[in-house]
Amino acid sequence: MNPMIRLTHDPIDYHALTEAVRSPRCGAVALFLGTVRDLTGDQRTEFLDYEAYPPMAEKKLAEIEAEVRRRWAVGEVAMVHRLGRLGAGEVSVAVAVSAPHRTAAFDACRFAIDTLKELVPIWKKENGPDGSGEWVHQSAKPGSP
Amino acid sequence: MTLTVHLFARGRELVGADTVAAELPAAATVADLRRTLAARFPALAGLLARSAVAVNHDFAEDNRVLSPGDEVAVIPPVSGG
Repeated sequence: MNPMIRLTHDPIDYHALTEAVRSPRCGAVALFLGTVRDLTGDQRTEFLDYEAYPPMAEKKLAEIEAEVRRRWAVGEVAMVHRLGRLGAGEVSVAVAVSAPHRTAAFDACRFAIDTLKELVPIWKKENGPDGSGEWVHQSAKPGSP
Repeated sequence: MTLTVHLFARGRELVGADTVAAELPAAATVADLRRTLAARFPALAGLLARSAVAVNHDFAEDNRVLSPGDEVAVIPPVSGG
């Protein structure tokens, strides 16, 4: 398993992840963190439960990394998604990309998180203060052209 | 052939199991699998229509022919991030 591209049940050490992509060759590092929002519209979220199809999710993450490397001259790419129960404010996903220059770092980081959200088989369930829980299945059919 | 179908999130809850065994004729397609699942689990039919089917960890079109031993999964609209 690639330690830079993985799923985890533990809190994401995004400082260590950022350090892991840094190198003297790269003058830019872009870091994206997704965190648990307490309000979606007027619905309050107590906690989220994240579930994945792990072998496919890790395969798709590796494919996204390969596509990033095909499109941009980047140094290192890290993508870590957390699973299990997360409270408001916790980090659910981290994407870190280093590149010689900032444009590639920003663009590659944005592509990686956008594509992750589009097609990696991971799901969240929003759990409200009244005990209600709802899986979020609002996006398009995954993998469609 | 009998294929094990993996279910996730709302799909898993609607069926009440994280895997189900689907009995399919030889050379059945993903479309055949969809029809079989929708007939057996009517509660799943609506979400299934909005879901992708994955075969061996890749998204598969409805005309994909299934083989014994394939790992099949119903992938509802994803919400990671």
